[in-house]
Amino acid sequence: MTVKTPIYMDNHATTRTDPRVVEAMLPYFTETFGNAASRNHAFGWAAEEGVENARAIIAKSINADPKEVVFTSGSTEANNLAIKGIAEMYAEKGNHIITCVTEHKAVIDPCKKLERNGCNVTWLPVQKNGLIDLDQLKDSMTDKTILVSIMHANNEIGVIQPIDQIGKLCEERGITFHTDATQSVGKIPVDVQKQNVHLLSLSAHKLYGPKGVGILYVRRRKPRVRVTPILDGGGHERGMRSGTLNVTGIVGMGKALEICMEEMPTETVRLRGLRDYLRNKLTSNMTDVYENGDPVHKLPHSLNISFAFVEGESLLMGINDVAVSSGSACTSASLEPSYVLKSLGLGDELAHSSIRFGLGRFNTKEEVDYVADKLIGTVGRLREMSPLYEMHKEGIDLAKVEWAHH
Amino acid sequence: MAYSDKIIDHYNNPRNVGSLDKAANNVGTGLVGAPECGDVMKLQIQVDDAGMITDAKFKTFGCGSAIASSSLATEWLKGKSLDEAIALKNTAIVEELNLPPIKIHCSVLAEDAIKAAIKDYMEKNNLAVPAELTAHH
Repeated sequence: MTVKTPIYMDNHATTRTDPRVVEAMLPYFTETFGNAASRNHAFGWAAEEGVENARAIIAKSINADPKEVVFTSGSTEANNLAIKGIAEMYAEKGNHIITCVTEHKAVIDPCKKLERNGCNVTWLPVQKNGLIDLDQLKDSMTDKTILVSIMHANNEIGVIQPIDQIGKLCEERGITFHTDATQSVGKIPVDVQKQNVHLLSLSAHKLYGPKGVGILYVRRRKPRVRVTPILDGGGHERGMRSGTLNVTGIVGMGKALEICMEEMPTETVRLRGLRDYLRNKLTSNMTDVYENGDPVHKLPHSLNISFAFVEGESLLMGINDVAVSSGSACTSASLEPSYVLKSLGLGDELAHSSIRFGLGRFNTKEEVDYVADKLIGTVGRLREMSPLYEMHKEGIDLAKVEWAHH
Repeated sequence: MAYSDKIIDHYNNPRNVGSLDKAANNVGTGLVGAPECGDVMKLQIQVDDAGMITDAKFKTFGCGSAIASSSLATEWLKGKSLDEAIALKNTAIVEELNLPPIKIHCSVLAEDAIKAAIKDYMEKNNLAVPAELTAHH
């Protein structure tokens, strides 16, 4: 069976909007186009109804109350609102924040900004498998700690942090717990009650919804959490996020999560099967390939692999009809290899050699076979061209070579 | 990033991939770059008694532009005298391959590899190494 190219396998970056989602959104552009805040006419009421339906579905998907859902433009805004909003709201209580070195930039950069403005930030390292050490987290907590922000699943390596235990530790110490769940909600079960989560960020476009819409979950009871808004204006979303609601986006997000929750039991099994098949095919047909991140505590659709002795960008060039990402410096604007992979203690060369596969709803086994076969061929070809592979075969320990640094 | 057709051509059909006997007296080997920087080039030349480069081979760990830069360098080296080879500049590679600014370091590395290979050959054969071969980027 032939596959249609290009093949999209970069579902951590974004996902294709499900056609069923688009269909649900369409009437809200041209027919039900009212402003959800217009309380005095039918156009407004209809839009509000669409928003509130979506809010209820979204809340249910994480076991929250609809009143705890604050719509934002996406996870970046939600993370900013959570972190900066807590720092400002609880400034009198303390100024210490704990987060982790493998967080998304949308968590790291707000924390860095607060650090410049006088907050103390503890940057937890991760272990070789990408997970934080809970004892280290516990030891970092002080009476001045007002926020712990640890992501649920990592966007580069897919590892799932132990948020149940993190939530418990925070609960015991009366510290607010925020988790960036952008990669996990809709893919694996999330329960803000059971997991003691106080704030949670999430984005629609990672779960087959439209771009430009997301939420911050803000707990209202046990404990009641409050955040100082970033945007001032009409006082929408209980004053936490002013700005006319993105009705079409919100409706789409609701539909997208509804589908995710319905299909999760079967889809998880299917994607895990495809991922394991891909992993197995790559590792059994090549030597010197290394999986990055804990192989078990991992999203079912994620796989990040380093192909030693070949550089990631040249590898992508060899599979140019397949959309995946690399941790190679050459594929980033900064010319720095992935900080997430470096923080695993991998060594830069393996970060340069990494590929992230993000399987999704629309991928098939035929596509996985196509991608794996093409990769195996390209790695083989590039290794024949690689001086590092030649040295490795001659028995030279590359770590002991004195390289002429540029 | 969009690559020029010439880079894609060198990537798909690299010229002169391989290795020469690095122990041979008439072979000079240059190994430049570092794995943690994402680029390592090995470039080798074979030189005849008249000081002409009769063969050149490369192996490169690096992005497509690095592969193309070293592939092109081996193509250009064949048939050149050592003096002509020393005079090869990275800017010529940039121009030929249409390298974008962010990839200029690939051409610099190729020039370094050429110089390192010539230097190795000269040292092996007790020839005076010109000053421009000892200067590093």
